[in-house]
Amino acid sequence: MQFDSFSAFLAMGGYGFYVWLSYGISALLLIILVIASNKQNKAVIDRILARQKREIKLRNAASQQIQQQISASASVNNTEDEIKKENDSNEVLS
Amino acid sequence: MWKWLHPYANPEVTYHFTGKLMPWLSAFAAIFLSIGLVWALIFAPADYQQGESFRIFYIHVPAAMFSMSIYFAMAIAAFCSLVWQLKLSDAAASAMAPVGATFTAIALITGAAWGKPMWGTWWIWDARLTSELILLFLYFGVMALHNAFEDKNVAGKAAAILTLVGSINLPIIKYSVEWWNTLHQGATVSKLGKPSMTADMFWPFLICFLGFAFLISVVICIRFRTEILSRNSMRPWVKELLLPPVTPVTTTVSEDK
Repeated sequence: MQFDSFSAFLAMGGYGFYVWLSYGISALLLIILVIASNKQNKAVIDRILARQKREIKLRNAASQQIQQQISASASVNNTEDEIKKENDSNEVLS
Repeated sequence: MWKWLHPYANPEVTYHFTGKLMPWLSAFAAIFLSIGLVWALIFAPADYQQGESFRIFYIHVPAAMFSMSIYFAMAIAAFCSLVWQLKLSDAAASAMAPVGATFTAIALITGAAWGKPMWGTWWIWDARLTSELILLFLYFGVMALHNAFEDKNVAGKAAAILTLVGSINLPIIKYSVEWWNTLHQGATVSKLGKPSMTADMFWPFLICFLGFAFLISVVICIRFRTEILSRNSMRPWVKELLLPPVTPVTTTVSEDK
C-alpha cells in the first residue's frame, strides 16, 4: 500500500488529474471497443437470421401455392371425371 | 506443422475453435487486468524522479507496444492474403485494424497526459510522437479501405497493399528514440542485458501487459468471428448454425390435429 488515505490515493502526489485522465480515457476507449465489437457481431447475426426467415417464408408460400394449384387441378379433374361418368351412364341407359 | 495448420484455413473450423477459446481468453483478461491495474495504481512504488505520475507507464507502455505488434500481425495477415489469396487472413487483417487503432489512440493520449507534467507540454512534433501519430492514420486508412468497396476481395487487396507499404513506419517508431534527439525517453523494458526496472515495478507491468494481451485476443476473436459470418453468410454451415427459432404457432396447429 503506497497511500495513507483515500484522498491521497485520488491526489496521486499532485499528479491526480493526469493519472486519472489517462486511466479514464483508456478505460472508456476499451469499453467502447468491446461494446461496438459485440454490437457488430449481433447485427451480422440478426441480418443473417432475418434473411433466413424471409427465405423460409418465401419457400412456404411457394409450396402452399403449388399445393393449391395441385388441389385446384385435382378438383377440375374430378368434375371432368364426374361428367364423363354421367355421360357413360347416359350411354348405358340409352 | 502445415498439416496441423491446414484445417484452420476452413472458416467453419476456425469459427468453432475461436468460439471455444473465447471464454478462457475473457476470463484471463479479467483476472490479469484487475490484478495488474490494482497493483499498478495502489501497490507499486512511486518513481524516484517522476513520482506518482509514473503510474501512467503501466497503461502507456503496453498500449504503445501493442499498437506496433498489432500492426505487425496485421501486416503478416495482409501479406498472406495478398500472396496466397487466403480469405481468412484477409478477415483477420480487417478484424485487427480497429483494435490496433484503439491502442494507438490510448498510447498517444496517455503519452500526452504524461508529457504535460513531465515535459511541460501535451504534444511536441518530435520523431517518436509524430511517427506514432502516422501509425494511427495508417490504421484509419486501412479501416476506411476495408469499408470503401462493396466487393470484400477488392477492399482486402487495397487495404493489404496500404498495410504493407505502411509497415515501413514500424522500425521508424521503434528506433526513433535512438536515431533522433527526442524528448521521449529510451526503452525501459525491452532493453537487453541489465533491466532498468526494479522487480516491484516490473511485475505489475508484466501482469498489465498480459492482461492487455488477453483483452486484445478477445476483441480480435469477436471481430474475426463477425467477419467470418458476414463473409460466409450464404454457406450452408452458417445457415445451419443460424437457423431461426421455429415459431410455436405451427407446432400448436399440428398438436390440434
